[in-house]
Amino acid sequence: MWWIRACGSIWERLTVMGDSAHPTEGLSLRKGWRIAGTLKRLTDSDIFYSFYHSPVTVIAVFVTLLMIGSALTAPWIAPHNPFDLASLDLMDSHIPPAWEDDGDKRYLLGTDDQGRDVLSTILYGSRISLMVGFLSVIFSMVLGVSLGIISGYAGGLADVLIMRIAEIQISFPAILIALLVDGVLRTLIPNAHSERLAVIVLVFSIGISGWVQYARTVRSSTMVEKNKEYVQAARVIGIHPVLIMTRHILPNVMGPVLVIATIHLAVAIITEATLSFLGVGVPPTQPSLGTLIRIGNDFLFSGEWWITIFPSAALAILVLAVNLLGDWLRDALNPKLR
Amino acid sequence: MPDKDQALLKVTGLKRYFDVSQPFLNRLLERRKRQYLKAVNGVSFTIKQGETFALVGESGCGKSTIAHLVVGLFPPSAGKIEFDGIDLTTLNNRAQLRPVRRRMAMIFQDPYASLNPRWRVNNIISEPIKAFGLLNGRQAIVQRTSVLLEQVGLSPQDGAKFPHEFSGGQRQRISIARALAGEPEFIVCDEPTSALDVSVQAQILNLIKNLQKKFGLSYLFISHDLAVVRHIADHVGVMYMGRLCESAPVKALFENPRHPYTRLLLDTIPDIEKMGRECAPPQGEIPNPLNPPAGCAFHPRCPQTTDHCICNRPKLENMASDAKVACFQAF
Repeated sequence: MWWIRACGSIWERLTVMGDSAHPTEGLSLRKGWRIAGTLKRLTDSDIFYSFYHSPVTVIAVFVTLLMIGSALTAPWIAPHNPFDLASLDLMDSHIPPAWEDDGDKRYLLGTDDQGRDVLSTILYGSRISLMVGFLSVIFSMVLGVSLGIISGYAGGLADVLIMRIAEIQISFPAILIALLVDGVLRTLIPNAHSERLAVIVLVFSIGISGWVQYARTVRSSTMVEKNKEYVQAARVIGIHPVLIMTRHILPNVMGPVLVIATIHLAVAIITEATLSFLGVGVPPTQPSLGTLIRIGNDFLFSGEWWITIFPSAALAILVLAVNLLGDWLRDALNPKLR
Repeated sequence: MPDKDQALLKVTGLKRYFDVSQPFLNRLLERRKRQYLKAVNGVSFTIKQGETFALVGESGCGKSTIAHLVVGLFPPSAGKIEFDGIDLTTLNNRAQLRPVRRRMAMIFQDPYASLNPRWRVNNIISEPIKAFGLLNGRQAIVQRTSVLLEQVGLSPQDGAKFPHEFSGGQRQRISIARALAGEPEFIVCDEPTSALDVSVQAQILNLIKNLQKKFGLSYLFISHDLAVVRHIADHVGVMYMGRLCESAPVKALFENPRHPYTRLLLDTIPDIEKMGRECAPPQGEIPNPLNPPAGCAFHPRCPQTTDHCICNRPKLENMASDAKVACFQAF
């Protein structure tokens, strides 16, 4: 791969100065060198090597970044605004993709039953999908990691309590938990707020259905770390247990968590799509990819395949790319597979 | 500061039992009793100001447990630990323990596990300074860590590195610098050289010795290596199965070992003068600590066993020249 080698040599020339940094130079200058040094360490690391020697991963990262980037910039790059009711025209509905005989050049991937441009709805829809995915992964991660560390470090009753709850929860399918939590929360929230809070409810229910995996992984690594002598050294000084957990143990157990989080992101996006497809996810006014697939599904038998196939393809590509990235990360961080 | 010759650390009747029973359900179904491992079973000793007290014994005899009990990593099952007149077992909250903790430090056995791999050396060393609030201001702390690094023979520039950039001996130096950071009077060294090469061992031991002279430190030195102990200790306690079987000044112990177990240990030191000569191999196995033998714990392996030893346990008795021995045959 010539281009990577070319980039590498340019990079080396840029960062070689980072190594010869002298500690007597000015503070701001030194800081700059340190950043350059850190970047150089990153590019020299095994992870980076395994990254650019795996073309699948390079493509997966490229696709993921492209999807995230286009979702973030949707209002600027989308050809139409599907939420601007004034610009919609029912005369433009059910137009097939541009390369079909009846296609319209204005609508590359065709339009749906309300005359919305499918490409634009996908761009806007992946915004919602990604947002819900990321937020629920963060929620799961924070919840799972903190419960896992407490469980592993404290042991005893707290450990038993947390792990039994986790075991009960893991005996149900995650989607069932998400549906249950979602349903309960929906009935608790008055109708007037339901649309506004829909995304939060969704994030909460998907997040709560996924914390177990984090907690169990972090618990077992915490139990290994807490018996190491550096933790004992901190205890001898009398550091508060909370500080030991956050400052000593947490950085040392985050490796596997990153892997789980990446794979969980794909799962969370799928779960959100499933819930939206079932009609309990985000409201139709803020359609996610799942909602788009559901809407299009109604027209599949009348031959208007593009309304559902294109959002489905976008979802499949996004999830596949994120999954491949997660798989690579798992292998790259696993010392046994090196 | 306590006077010279006054006891800095006084341990009396220290016991620590570990519950190693089966889980509740197994106990119920299999009708087993609770089982306790008596790791430390009534140990008493004193460490004088400026002195090095070494504990030796084979693995599993409870010497590391004593180190952990003294620094308060877990509470004793019974007994007293008095540090400069303060009984540590009666202090139970963080605020009361803090001033005592400042005056104690610990150096660990495994230099690869005792430094947090994600922290820079500067932060590792300055952690006690910050925890005890000894210095304020970034500049003062940076200065102090440079001084500490120089004291243990590293350069101040090394502070910006991570632990994995150092060798085992250098890591142990970092560990020592961290122990010194709180300006302690008493340091517990838990086999500080057993994970190092012989050539590096000597450097670290000399460093530990020089620091003692410089700062008037007292050490509790845990080791299984008698050659190391002979080099560094003033007073030696020999442990067997959770009890002290002999305690004597280093010279008396090496020249005139009174307990048969001490003699056994000394015989196992390789000696160039004994090359090629026939020597009696030690008999017997180490007994199971869950089910220690009745009477003197050493009787199954002792060459001088009598019926009296099998039935009665000898107490640690005072002998001439500051020595104490727990053996009926030593009189």
